[in-house]
Order: sequence, then structure tokens, then C-alpha cells
Amino acid sequence: MSSIDTGAPHDPHAHVHLGVFYTGVGSQFIWSDPGLGDHQSIETYLEIARLLERGLFDAFFLGEGLRVRENRGQVLELDVAGRPDAITQLSALAAATDRIGLVATQNTTYNYPADLARRLASLDLLSDGRAGWNIVTTDNAWTGANFRHGGWLEHERRYERATQFVEAAKALWGSWSADAIAESAEAKSWAAAGAFPEVVRRSDLVNLRATATLPASRQGRPVLFQAGDSDGGRELAATHADVVFSANTTFEKAVAYAADLRARLARHGRGADSLRILPGAAVVLGDTEAEAQEKAEWIRNEQLSAPRAIAFLEQYWGSDLSAYDPHGPLPDIEPTDAELDPSRGTISIADRTGKLDRIAAWRTLAAEKNLSILGLYREVSPRERSFVGTPAQIADLWVHYVRARAVDGFNLTPYLLPSSLTDVVDKLVPELQERGAYRTAYQGSTLREHLDLPPI
Amino acid sequence: MTESLLLAVDLDGDGAHPAAWRFSGRPPGSVLTGAALRAAVGAASGFVLASFEDSPLPAGGTGPDQAGRLEAGTRAAFAATLAGDLGLAPVLNATTTEPFHLATQLASLDHASHGRAAWIVDGLSDLDVLATVGAEPLGGAAQRQEVADVIRTARLLWDSWQDDAVIKDVASGRYLDSGRVHHIDFSGATFSVKGPLITPRPPQGQIVVIARDHLRVDEHADIVLVAAADPEAVAARAQQTSSILTFADVEVILDLPGRPAAERLAELDDFTPWPSTGRLRHVGSVTGLLDLLSELRGVDGVRFLPAVQALDLPLLAEQVVPARGRVLPGRTLRERLGLPRPASRFASTTA
Repeated sequence: MSSIDTGAPHDPHAHVHLGVFYTGVGSQFIWSDPGLGDHQSIETYLEIARLLERGLFDAFFLGEGLRVRENRGQVLELDVAGRPDAITQLSALAAATDRIGLVATQNTTYNYPADLARRLASLDLLSDGRAGWNIVTTDNAWTGANFRHGGWLEHERRYERATQFVEAAKALWGSWSADAIAESAEAKSWAAAGAFPEVVRRSDLVNLRATATLPASRQGRPVLFQAGDSDGGRELAATHADVVFSANTTFEKAVAYAADLRARLARHGRGADSLRILPGAAVVLGDTEAEAQEKAEWIRNEQLSAPRAIAFLEQYWGSDLSAYDPHGPLPDIEPTDAELDPSRGTISIADRTGKLDRIAAWRTLAAEKNLSILGLYREVSPRERSFVGTPAQIADLWVHYVRARAVDGFNLTPYLLPSSLTDVVDKLVPELQERGAYRTAYQGSTLREHLDLPPI
Repeated sequence: MTESLLLAVDLDGDGAHPAAWRFSGRPPGSVLTGAALRAAVGAASGFVLASFEDSPLPAGGTGPDQAGRLEAGTRAAFAATLAGDLGLAPVLNATTTEPFHLATQLASLDHASHGRAAWIVDGLSDLDVLATVGAEPLGGAAQRQEVADVIRTARLLWDSWQDDAVIKDVASGRYLDSGRVHHIDFSGATFSVKGPLITPRPPQGQIVVIARDHLRVDEHADIVLVAAADPEAVAARAQQTSSILTFADVEVILDLPGRPAAERLAELDDFTPWPSTGRLRHVGSVTGLLDLLSELRGVDGVRFLPAVQALDLPLLAEQVVPARGRVLPGRTLRERLGLPRPASRFASTTA
């Protein structure tokens, strides 16, 4: 244990913080399961939010993608699609919940800073200090085709824009003094003189002159989440974020990530505890380890289905492969040499080039292991983001993670609704509580307090 | 015999009079809370529709009444999960927003409220408003075109998912039918939008679009909101809008026991004069207001703007709505307004 360097000392009293990352779309939802119900209805969202309050979670966190995913020019048919605007939906949930943090993923490339800052501040006040913003960027013109300026922002500058955007939002949120609003209706004016300073930003990436229409909420401002794992994303996190929603779930990666992030924090003059690290993860629970493993395999096979195997290869081959048997060998035709298009959603930078090399490697792998199309798809799809085991096993593991300060908790991605979450609330949370690593009641009322972050 | 009317009310802030905050019986800042909004929505429960006036700038001008204001779309959304069948109409400004976001937000409001969403279209052009997004004024015809383009885009996006797009066909692994989810390929004067919307078709099919009179975009609206200072002018404008519903805006300050409306207004005006907004304004008794409503020719409904929400809204709800309000049966706002649910314009393209 002593050799583990996360940039923060071992903490025997550390708690696990839990949130749910509800994408609302994507292949992880097993829509064929009758339990999924209507993923789109407000009642489903309310049911989840109230379940999470019962489980004393920190946050309910909605995803966003600003274009419906496609496969070769048509909307992708195989995955759950269609979701609400996050701030609208969370404002509706704010009226029907008391404690749960409400986090909206919102894009800095295709929003106006003053407009988005105002909508987030409104959610923060309406929820009495429970709002969060997951800051994301987009750099593809394919998504930009839905917006006024199209694909205007070059890849290298998207975090520059995001940083200026966040700084403008913070300036607006902090522009009213704490005693700006009159305490009594007898006052001479609604607000003190000078209570509405203008915020002006003039650059080639952010151009505005705006006056905040709202004061700070009980938590000061919305809690800022950041998810990008690139260097630019990590720098934005170390400069401005309160929480990182990372992809580094294995212990070794989590340790390395925590150490890197905390070194960056120090460079920006911030303390190791000013930023919470909550990687995304799925949890599969069973009464025995074997049962959990069996369930995990079933889930994985449902998610990595035969029709999706064909669609996956079509994205790489760039052509119609519907005539091929997913249980048969890889396509005998050559792929087009066109670059991958972004229409299936996010493609990491590493995957943008070298498509033909990757396909050649797959052919070799399939030949060596005698894999079908489906077999190859399952072989090359990542596996590491799931925690599979009994509630006691996972509780032990998570306690190890948080005490080593590799993470501060997890953002859970549901795949069956609501059972994959009720399992966590009813079985895993009590195990964590027994280990002294989880709250037994909410101690505060704001999201910032739930996360144990220092006050603004 | 007097006819009944569709009755709407605006719930912005403490009321339509700039000094309303001084007479609301609560600390000024409490207008920015969920509790205040919950109370306002509860008080408006008998109306067909509640609106939420807004602007990207602080409320109340730049003088002593300059005040905070929650963004209207989030206020309407907060009201969506509160009980009742009140229609919810946020003011969203077409010139300082992304048309795609605006359409998504309104479709989401309609889903969350089970078909109670409306949109009061604004097309603000003052420099301070446009500066919040770094935009320049378009001017005249181009401005009108811009507002019309934003509405057309939103309408296309609301149709971009057909009602039956989600098929959940387990045998083929298809969650949806891509032939029923459409690119809109809108190309306007200043922007283009590819589509489809990221949100499935709203329960009402099309959100109820309410256009302010002066924008002159009647052909894109379901309701035109007329601001005219006398009943004759309202009637004249209503005559031009026979194909859609007409609502007249009426600002009201009412007699209270022992407190005549004229005295109340004088007291308010002593702090800040109520500027003319070009709307009808009633200062007086409930009976006088009912008489005014009887004089209105050719309108289908009225939207009240209570001078002081805490004082005038209860009287409107208790005495004017029962006397003159009309509500058609139904759960969605369209049904309660007597508007049909449009089929998706893309529906006929499906084989």
C-alpha cells in the first residue's frame, strides 16, 4: 500500500461518493428487457431520482449528444435513442426531489456562454443549490450541422474555447455581491447600487457583453464536472472543475490518473481535496461471484448483439455488410479507405487514423482465434469498466480504492432499469455503510456539500 | 349573453407593475425561489395557460426596480411536474438562442408536462440583448425573416421523429425505424439545421406557438398575442387573424376591500410610474373587467398581466375565471384550446 502514490495521503475514513450517469441513449441499455419501460418518460426519471435519494447518492447526472447517431447516413436503428434537454428535464425533477444533485451535460462548442450560464444558474436556484454542469466539447462538423455556426471550431482550440466559456460563466455567476438583494420590501431599491455589473469578454472565441440576472445559489454556483481525458481536458479540470468524470476505472489506471491530476492541481495552486474523482463504471451484483459473472456475461452479450456486430464493422468497412452472417467469418471484401466518420458518436483521437491497420490486425486476430464477426466484435470491445461480484466483494474493493485516494467514488451507468440501480441501493450501499465508508443520512442540502467540497 | 373566453395569465416575477415587489408581502429575493414559483403556479390552476415573460437582461429596467429573473424555460419546466393541467408558455427569444436547443427544450417541456407546452416567441432586437450573444441587429425585414426561420426550424424538428418511430423489434434488434426519423435539411437566411431532433416527437405533435402581434409572423403561429390599447384596435387586429386563435393582452389592477384600484395604482406609481406597454389596461373593479371582456370582439382568449401577482392573481382566479373562463375537455393544452394535433409532415413520406 505504501508504494501507491495518488498525490494524496491514505485516508482510512474516506467515503465512497456515488452518482448515476444516465445517458438516456446508447447500446448499454438492454431495451429488449421488459423492465426497461419507457426510458424517455418523466415518470422513469422521477423513479430513478427518488431511488437515488433513498440510496443517499450525491448526483443524478444526464448525458447529452447534439446529433442523433447514424450508421451510413441513416439514424442508427439498434440502440435506444431520443432523450430530453438536460436542463429542462432536471428543472422538472427539481420540483419533485429534495436532496439529489442534478447535473446537466452541456456543450461549450454549441452554446452561447451567457445563455447557458443563465439556464444553469436558474436550475441551481430552483433546486436550492443542487445543480451541476458537466462541461463537454464537440469538434466535429457533423454535430455542428445542427447549429448556427456549423463546424466552426478547429479541434486544437476546443478546450481553449471551453476554458474561456467557463471563465465567462464563472464571472457571471460571481458578479452579484452576497448582499446585493435588499432584505426588505421597504428598501429604496430591489438591489444595491452597482449590484448588476456587466461582464464583457472580447476574443475570437468568446464575445459577449452581459449582465447576470441571478445571484449565487446556496452552494455558490453550479458544481463543475469535466469528463475529457485528453491533455486539454485534464488541464481544464485542474483549472476549473470540482469533479472529474474520468474513464480510468482499473486500480492502476485510477492511481496514475489521480497522481497526474493532483500534480496539475498543485501547479494551479489548488489543494488535493478541491477536486473529486468519480470515474464512470457499471456494477453487476450477484449473491455469489459465479452468479454475478454469469449475469455480467449475459449483459455483455445482450449489449454486444449480432446486429450491432454488423453495424460496428460497417462503420469501419464503410459499406453495407448486411448480407454477411454475424456468426460467419469476417467480410471477404476490402474496406473503403475513407476515414471513419463521426456519425456513430464520439471517436477518440487515437481511433481517427489508422483504420486499415486496425482492420488488418483484426483479420489476424480472427484467424488466430477462429473468431466470427460477432466473436471478433466481442473480443475487441472494452471490458474494464464493470465491477462484477457480490456486494461484499465490491464494497471491499471500493473501500480500497477510496482509502488509497485513487478515486472518490463512481458515476454508475445503468443498463437495466431500474433493477441495476435498485441492486446498488438495496445491496451494495448497506455493505459500504457497514464498512464506515458511506453516509447513513444526507449531512447537507447542496450538491457541493454532498461531494464534501470546500465552500466557494 | 356574454361569451366565455380562453383565459391565460402571466406569472413573471412579482407582477407586471415595476414596483410590484414592494407590495408582495415577502422579501424581494424570494421571487427567485422554487417555493415562490410553486405558489404562483398553484394560484393559477384554474387558467388554461400560464406564461412566463422573460428577457436575457435583468427585469425591471435599470432603475430602482432592476431585479433578478429566472430563465423562463426552466421556470416552465419546474412547473411541469407540479400537479394540474395548466398549460405552460415560456417566453423564449429567437434572436439570442440556438434554434436546435430551443426546439429541444420545448419538446422536452412537452414530454415532462404530458402535452402542456406552449412557446411565446420573442424576437428581441435591442443592442443590449443581442450583445449577450455577441450578435448584431438584423433590422426590419431580415429580423422578421429570422424569427420566422427559427419557428419553421422548430416545427420541422418537432416533426422529425414520427409518432411511431420507436418500434422495439426484438427479432431484428431494431429499437427504431430509421425510415421514420428524418433529417430536416432546413436552410434559412442566416443558418441551416440538419436534424433530426435529439428528442422524440412531443406528445402534442407540435408545441403551441404563440407569436407576439408586432412580430407579424401569424402564418407560423397557433395563437397571436395582441397588444393594443383599446377594444377597437384589438378587434381590428383580430379580424386579420381568422385562421388562428387571437388572445388579447390585458394588464389589470383590481379593487381590493377598502383599497380601490386607482388608489393602489397611485401608490405603486409613486414609486415607479407604470409605463405604457401598448396593451389594454384595466384599473378598477372585477365587474368593470368583466364588462371590458364583453367588449372584446373577435378574440378567442385573453392573457392577463396582473399588476401585483400576490394581490391581483387571486381575484382573477376566484372571480374572473369562474365567471368567464372556458376550458374545453382534454388533457393536452391543444385539446383544451380546441386546437387539433397535427400529423407529422414527414408521415406521408413513409412507404
